[in-house]
Amino acid sequence: MYIIVVGGGKIGFYLAKTLLSEGHEVLIIEKDPARCDAICEELGSIAMWGDGCEARTLAEVGTERADMFIAVTDEDEDNLVACQVAKHKFNVPHTIARINNPKNEKIFKKLGIDLTVSSTNIILEHIQEKVPTHPLVHLLTLRGGDLEVVEIKVPPNSPIVGKRMKEIGFPSESVVALMVGKWGAVVPTPDTILEPEAQLIAVTKPEAEEALRAAITGT
Amino acid sequence: MNVIIMGCGRVGAQLATMLDEDGHKVTILDREPYSFRKLPANFQGKALVGDGTDEDSLRRAGIEEADVFVAVTQGDNRNVMAAQIAKHVFNVPKVVCRIYDPLREELYHTLGLETISPTTVGAKLLHDVIVG
Repeated sequence: MYIIVVGGGKIGFYLAKTLLSEGHEVLIIEKDPARCDAICEELGSIAMWGDGCEARTLAEVGTERADMFIAVTDEDEDNLVACQVAKHKFNVPHTIARINNPKNEKIFKKLGIDLTVSSTNIILEHIQEKVPTHPLVHLLTLRGGDLEVVEIKVPPNSPIVGKRMKEIGFPSESVVALMVGKWGAVVPTPDTILEPEAQLIAVTKPEAEEALRAAITGT
Repeated sequence: MNVIIMGCGRVGAQLATMLDEDGHKVTILDREPYSFRKLPANFQGKALVGDGTDEDSLRRAGIEEADVFVAVTQGDNRNVMAAQIAKHVFNVPKVVCRIYDPLREELYHTLGLETISPTTVGAKLLHDVIVG
């Protein structure tokens, strides 16, 4: 694949290094000429000095034949514009933008970026996984982002422990698919009793997440 | 009208002053509070420290009730991003975006943003002055 990376910072550098070792054709576009030289010295002539948001630069590097376009500069707005130019002017099939502000994830999707990666969100997810006060952990987003799979750690003092599934006020947009405990895993029926210290795996619409959290913690 | 201006540079401050004198409700946003020194002492509008590409800052500036959003910071990309958030996330009825780079301006214009490139406008004016 031909992959263009905008931003030759640490992320761009190691990304390019790994992609090169996998046999891809990689080009880094970097604004800082000194940084460009440093990359070329280490990885070969794969870095170009230029502005990855400029259509002229992107035309020069043959963006129209790129299979993937990845923008990983420090600035969310630069990553957005670089990806939009690649997408709308050069029809690159896959655009990926790095974002810092987690709220930009939804906005970038709305503005046509295929995939966003937020280190803030990734770290937050790890914290949620470790901290028991956060009962809901995101496991994955299903295609299109309309549904997500979440893991729920039922707190020991939760009012729903010992209740039957049908008695618990789960939101209608959420489906509890699995109950997991030390004893194994079961697919719950409406009459299944919620065991203490159980974990639930649920498929839910993102907007029902808060209601799901409330149903489990009883708040 | 309820107008939000992002960027209190020379253009932003002057536009804010003009609209304020016209009697419109103006909120001007800048990341740097020192920029607000460009506003006149009798400015009736609101000057708010904040980042116009941040959803929360925009909400604080009252974007949900805005009739017009104008992006005039020094950064083309910041303007483009803020203008798209105003248009596509908050559905502000009129959004205007300054883009210095003519190529970028052309692209975003075809994508449906109302854009102004001072580079193109300025060059044309100078050209007309010279050529007559």
